[in-house]
Amino acid sequence: MRRDYLVHGALLAALLVAHFLLPAYHHGVMARVMVLACFAIGYNVLFGYTGLLSLGHALFFAAGMYGAGMPMHLWGTGPGAAFAMGVLAATLVALVVGALALRTAGVAFMIVTLMFAQAGYLALLLASRWTGGDQGIVIAQAQRQLWSIDLSAEGPRYLAALVLFGVCLIASLALMRSRRGRVLIAIRENEERARLLGYDTFAMKLMAVTLSGTFAGVAGAGYGILFGYVGASFATVQYSIYPLLWVLLGGAGTILGPFLGTLFMYYLVDTASDLTSAYLLVVGVVLILLTLFAPGGIGGELRRRLWRAMP
Amino acid sequence: MTAILSTRGLGRSFAGLRAVNAVDFDLSPGEIRALIGPNGAGKTTFVSMLIGRIAPSEGRIFFDGAEVTALPAHRRVRLGMAYTFQITSVFGRLSLRENVALAARRRLRRGVDAAVEEALARVGLAERAGEVAGDLSYGHQRLLEIAMGLAQAPRLLILDEPTQGLADSEIAAFKALIREISATTAILLIEHNMSVVMELADRVTVLNFGEVLAEGTPAEVQASPAVQAAYLGTEAAG
Repeated sequence: MRRDYLVHGALLAALLVAHFLLPAYHHGVMARVMVLACFAIGYNVLFGYTGLLSLGHALFFAAGMYGAGMPMHLWGTGPGAAFAMGVLAATLVALVVGALALRTAGVAFMIVTLMFAQAGYLALLLASRWTGGDQGIVIAQAQRQLWSIDLSAEGPRYLAALVLFGVCLIASLALMRSRRGRVLIAIRENEERARLLGYDTFAMKLMAVTLSGTFAGVAGAGYGILFGYVGASFATVQYSIYPLLWVLLGGAGTILGPFLGTLFMYYLVDTASDLTSAYLLVVGVVLILLTLFAPGGIGGELRRRLWRAMP
Repeated sequence: MTAILSTRGLGRSFAGLRAVNAVDFDLSPGEIRALIGPNGAGKTTFVSMLIGRIAPSEGRIFFDGAEVTALPAHRRVRLGMAYTFQITSVFGRLSLRENVALAARRRLRRGVDAAVEEALARVGLAERAGEVAGDLSYGHQRLLEIAMGLAQAPRLLILDEPTQGLADSEIAAFKALIREISATTAILLIEHNMSVVMELADRVTVLNFGEVLAEGTPAEVQASPAVQAAYLGTEAAG
């Protein structure tokens, strides 16, 4: 138990040290990766631990992003309050989508979540008067000041991203260590059995969808505020597939997996696109190899080889 | 004594086929009741309706004086019913300890570990608590299921063919265990093994074609010509 928190705390400490050591380019990449990893962490709660595959998480990410960005743009709300509004928006959207989509299971659940996300994407485009349509919203630097800290500057941005990531990482660890987290795992393993042990599996799955949406909202709101852009491209199906890939690569059902997968994928795309314009081909081949030879992802391999009780 | 579990006119049809028809059933607290009948007699359908896995087409179910017909399965479990599956249904990738802990944690805030140790010890699996449930033999998985039932401290334990796949020595231990449990829990046992039925059950209910064919003590049921014709004469002659 203590060891879990030590290992994950060590990662956070290493990321803090990296803040002082990383060259500018990688420093910027890492800030982005940390925010996106929050998204992956949320996806992992639902997919890796509860066993529900959603294809609509872009909706929750975008709800966080627009929930924060629109008040800033339209009403001049400060970043702190806007962040809270974004997270709340994502949580509510996830609660509603979950309540409806969880009436289905398996492939139907994937399709229903995908459809909700597509509807959300189209709604963003249609409501262009408020959302900026496909142009999106650029949040001015002057607005991205919190307690007179300039969140658009590289240093504070990195540290803010680290705080978000740290909170999400530890929260997900605590969740999966808790009684409720154990029930989510039980649902993944055998839902019928869990129900016949007296657990309200619908309510537990709804909680998982909602929490997963909250994490996605933290990432979306954080991304919009820290990087100053809120756009409909983040609501496309691509942003529903990304967290799935990050989690699969990093190791579904491991706490560190989402971060490892996000980091790996980011640098994979980055490196491959330096080498060739056919970088997606390289990415595809690597993904296939990983799936073939490390089906548990990076985290799954770590668990198998090094640390069997890895959470 | 008022019944802990009753059904009135309970029935279920599957696409026109009547699997269970107009069953009136009463189980007293502290009783061990065996439910027997030929394959396809509707035994599993009947208990699935009791626990709430499938909804009845008609009729009512009462547990501990309250009607539970419309309650979902998890609410019935919370009222004190427990069910072990005919086809073993443990959490195969989790440890034995976690399997039983999941059963115990719903009712306990503290003392989960002790309850887990006790339940595993009662079925003789305490030594293997750290192993992964999927690695157990079939018979041991059945015992694990029973341990999960015990950890819930139910007032009614429904066991669907619990001795299937157990060795003779394990069956002997199982009988002793059930007698011990019955001091605090009513037990409804679907069972094919006639020696288990005859030795354990206070009363036996025989289902045939979804209807109650006979009900009585093991000796009465064994002596019934109708039961012999329908069931004992063919399957349990040996």
